[in-house]
Amino acid sequence: MANDLLDGDVVFLGPSKWELSHRKAQIAHSVAEAEALQARAAISFKANIIVDPYLVQVTMGAEGEPIPVHYRERMRTLGPTTRLDLGKQAEA
Amino acid sequence: MYRYDEFDRTFVKERVAEFRSQVERRLDGSLSDDEFRPLRLMNGLYLQLHAYMLRVAIPYGTLSARQMRQLAMIADQWDKGYGHFTTRQNIQYNWPKLSDVPAILDALAEVEMHAIQTSGNCIRNVTADQFAGVAFDEVEDPRPTAELIRQWSSLHPEFTFLPRKFKIAVTGAAHDRAAIKAHDIGLRVLRHPDTQAIGYEVSVGGGLGRTPLIGKIIRAFLPRQDLLPYLEALMRVYNSEGRRDNKYKARVKILVHETGIEEIRKAVEEEFAVMDGPSIAADLKEVERIAAYFAPPAYETLPAASTSLQAALESNAIFARFVETNSFKHKVPGYRAITVSLKPIGGAPGDATSDEMRALADAADQFSFGELRVTHLQNIVLPYVKDDDLFALWSFLTDHGLATANIGLITDIVACPGMDYCALATARSIPIAQAIATKFADPDRQKLIGELGIKISGCINACGHHHIGHIGILGLEKSGEESYQITLGGDATETASIGERLGPGVTADAVPDTIERLVDIYLAERQADERFIDTYRRVGLERFKGAIHAVDA
Repeated sequence: MANDLLDGDVVFLGPSKWELSHRKAQIAHSVAEAEALQARAAISFKANIIVDPYLVQVTMGAEGEPIPVHYRERMRTLGPTTRLDLGKQAEA
Repeated sequence: MYRYDEFDRTFVKERVAEFRSQVERRLDGSLSDDEFRPLRLMNGLYLQLHAYMLRVAIPYGTLSARQMRQLAMIADQWDKGYGHFTTRQNIQYNWPKLSDVPAILDALAEVEMHAIQTSGNCIRNVTADQFAGVAFDEVEDPRPTAELIRQWSSLHPEFTFLPRKFKIAVTGAAHDRAAIKAHDIGLRVLRHPDTQAIGYEVSVGGGLGRTPLIGKIIRAFLPRQDLLPYLEALMRVYNSEGRRDNKYKARVKILVHETGIEEIRKAVEEEFAVMDGPSIAADLKEVERIAAYFAPPAYETLPAASTSLQAALESNAIFARFVETNSFKHKVPGYRAITVSLKPIGGAPGDATSDEMRALADAADQFSFGELRVTHLQNIVLPYVKDDDLFALWSFLTDHGLATANIGLITDIVACPGMDYCALATARSIPIAQAIATKFADPDRQKLIGELGIKISGCINACGHHHIGHIGILGLEKSGEESYQITLGGDATETASIGERLGPGVTADAVPDTIERLVDIYLAERQADERFIDTYRRVGLERFKGAIHAVDA
């Protein structure tokens, strides 16, 4: 998970690029896979595509989508809980 | 109102051009994130949970109708149609895109506004009593003093890299409506008991956050002409003695607390004695020039009582409730200051849509000499309303959904953005405020309860001022869930105090019922016309502890 440098949008590292939907996020199932994601994020950070990247612990939802374990990151995949007309939840 | 001179205008314009170039260089990769972050923060641009956030300074909370309309335009053109008025009398936009920020800053500069010094370890926006210049109990309008400090502190080369951020508040009345004891420096305008000369009582070392402390008086009477040299001496002592090894111990409150007020006073007086005061003091002509911008508007000579107002009060109970709750006694007969609540039941405290901002600007033009104030309690004041116009104003506000009659009552809740927006938050604030307000929505019940200030922060940094709420609520994380710690007995006024913890934190769902039980205890214990804070001080914390049920913790 990171912020897009230009828009500030929350973005997720997908198989080939940064995605706006967490449903397209790459999931790491091992330490090695997590390190590989971090390495890719570091390259994107250096390339000034994203800022503040970090790994997020997730569980898998019924439709195979990742659900962050912590409520903070769950909110980041959705938007303000008091404005359901804004953020990612509004576009879903 | 203060108007920019040529120097101000040129400076702000150059600063926007500089930031535009910095954004371009960031986007083309010439500037790294580490290099760019302090530059964007110096221009009020933060990165939050969902997007960037731009914090715009509203010096001492005073705005013209023209400026308010421009804020609405910015919300529509570059944001999502609303803004959030903060406890520092500023406005924040929650969704700007980095590439749009220079254009936003240009639009702000067009109306003599900017976002400089709304972040970083510098002297921040100077705040003041929202009833400055109109309060019946005022010694002097605090805004010329606040403006003088703004000019002195803006890009002051000595104070651009302080150990930590620095907040100054000014009140011109004995009754403190600016929470000066919760600021790094608090100034109260007063008259010398013998000479009747105007001067300042200076307090230092107040602040909330992780170590809440009430400011201590460092100078009981500072002659007016010594203001800037004395402040400069104080800032020098802080700048050299304040801790830089630990961010959490870097505020001046820690220096005062650890060193002791006596020793700090001595150090400041020594610095003050050796410095070239007259070279720092503001030129008298400049002081007069600034003060002239705050000259009273063209008041009409009116009778103290308005017969049309009296008739409207008698015929419309809802209007009468609004006037009783939202009006403040003016120094000029026939006028009142009206507070427009930005706390409709179920709304986000301090939020205003662009339509509401335009309605407020129209109301200011029509009824208040085109001027508005932002309060640190996240409401808007129309400072110069004629009694004869009150009914028309109320009707106008009602048509725009802005006539909530709850100022100072239990639903007039202060809340930071919390985890719905803020990257530092540990829990949400806004939904808690909404749930409490909804529970206490009945206007009669609110009136019965009387003056009761609830303040909510979504983290220990205390932007929601929870420590000085009569009831304070602090959102934390406990075992992966939001948990809310409740404090009682906080006070932001001249009888300032820090709230005491009631007990263990409670879940988000349990907060409204816990507040209700606290209110029930208060109503059971209340004597005569005691406010919540009075009853609390008389009966003490212990009596309220039963309000927390073990099952909620």
